[in-house]
Amino acid sequence: MSPAPECANSGWQPTASMQTLRQRAQLIARVRAFFAERDVLEVETPVLGHGGSTDVYLASLSTMASTPAGEERLWMQTSPEFHMKRLLAAGSGPIFQLARSFRDGEVGRRHNIEFSMLEWYRPGFSLNAMIEETVALVHRVHPAVPGGPMRSVRHCRYSQLFRDLLSIDPFTSELAELRQLAAEQGGLEMASAARDECLDLLMGLVVEPTLGQNGLDVVTDYPASQAALARRHRDPEDGQWVASRFELYLSGVELANGYDELTDAAEQASRFAEDNLVRRQQGFSEVDADQRLVAALEHGLPAGSGVALGLDRLIQLALNKKSVAEVMAFATPVA
Amino acid sequence: MANYSTNEFKGGLKVMLDGDPCSIVENELVKPGKGQAFNRVKLRNLMTGRVWERTFKSGESLEGADVMELDMEYLYTDGDMWYFMKTDGSFEQYAVEKKALSDAHKWLKEQVSYTVTLWNDNAINITPPNFIELEVVETDPGLKGDTAQGGSKPATLSSGAVVRVPLFINQGEVLKIDTRSGEYVSRA
Repeated sequence: MSPAPECANSGWQPTASMQTLRQRAQLIARVRAFFAERDVLEVETPVLGHGGSTDVYLASLSTMASTPAGEERLWMQTSPEFHMKRLLAAGSGPIFQLARSFRDGEVGRRHNIEFSMLEWYRPGFSLNAMIEETVALVHRVHPAVPGGPMRSVRHCRYSQLFRDLLSIDPFTSELAELRQLAAEQGGLEMASAARDECLDLLMGLVVEPTLGQNGLDVVTDYPASQAALARRHRDPEDGQWVASRFELYLSGVELANGYDELTDAAEQASRFAEDNLVRRQQGFSEVDADQRLVAALEHGLPAGSGVALGLDRLIQLALNKKSVAEVMAFATPVA
Repeated sequence: MANYSTNEFKGGLKVMLDGDPCSIVENELVKPGKGQAFNRVKLRNLMTGRVWERTFKSGESLEGADVMELDMEYLYTDGDMWYFMKTDGSFEQYAVEKKALSDAHKWLKEQVSYTVTLWNDNAINITPPNFIELEVVETDPGLKGDTAQGGSKPATLSSGAVVRVPLFINQGEVLKIDTRSGEYVSRA
């Protein structure tokens, strides 16, 4: 047998080339310039907090720390949302942040446990105004998006995508039908799956790969059960309860997730409690809810919209790389 | 065997699926928006060589497969079974069925080392070395002075394989063959 060629990477080298890191820095400079022109303030908030994300399908990392209050569990943020909302409640006005965020177990071509989130908030912005600004930001960082600035943006409703691609209605089709379709598409047992689980599988396997193939696709009107921290409203067309959120796709990749932000403190507290209830039922560990966020909402969060954008993914697409690891100095497996 | 959960799936991990040992080729996390995560996994069935694509719920697990790859020397065949011997000094022998031999039967030569895949201590696959030297046992007579021309002709090798060789090759010569493509490389 001929000897295998000597492995070029014995474990210490970066996962991105030096040229890529220089290009990454230039793209991040464009992000900062974009927000400077629009008078959006750059802020830095803590990575560690007493409250974590209760989101059932995000796995938080936590650590024990010695603080003046004694030994305490601190949660690593899955996004900078809570602290930024507390700034908004304190009267910051529009703010943005390039924030290191952490999601346990998420490693893959589009995932890394530690990653950079570009998150920004716009008091007074409608969801549509926010979509427009997000598209403008993506075009600024990645001018090669087909169609060029502000053109070729397709707006898709969540339910319409399912009707077109799978001939089912995600809101009204029978659960048995959804389970059967999900099992067929995924080749796995879905007989006891919940409605959202079936929808998530179909979204991930069938719908997402078709999105953003000819420019940017904006998906809106998600099921109310998938609202996370967005407001819910009744769809004026069909009367269904939907979440006031959007997702932006490019080349089959989910780039950004925006909300018309929930401002109701009681509703926020009950969603935290609901999440932890589901966590208990599913056998996941509970996460300390952020009581200071609830207090901030009680004080008053200005109505408006916010977006979280996966900066590494955007840079990966802009530089035409195959994985986020190729645009990060050191991806988790070699960090 | 231990169980492996989806976040431990990585290329080369051997697991059991539908009763067959499989090697994981690729594992991709699929996670729509804020929803639940799934893993889209490509696995090579080690019994058939076929690649399967399956979806798992994140956190699901599969039983590990007791699969080992060992270097073994080919000894002989009695027509029913093919016999290989460990090269670790134990002289332990394994009888291999024709099914497990598959394409490797064309490239068998005594005293050459092969990679033998064992599942629960049974040989399920034989991989020949990438390059092997074999003697030409039958071919048309060589054409002198034709070393530059592109023509080729069939030649039967000592292992029974038939490969295309340049016109100047003669019976009795030993050739270097690439077993992956089945192509002539050079005179040995």
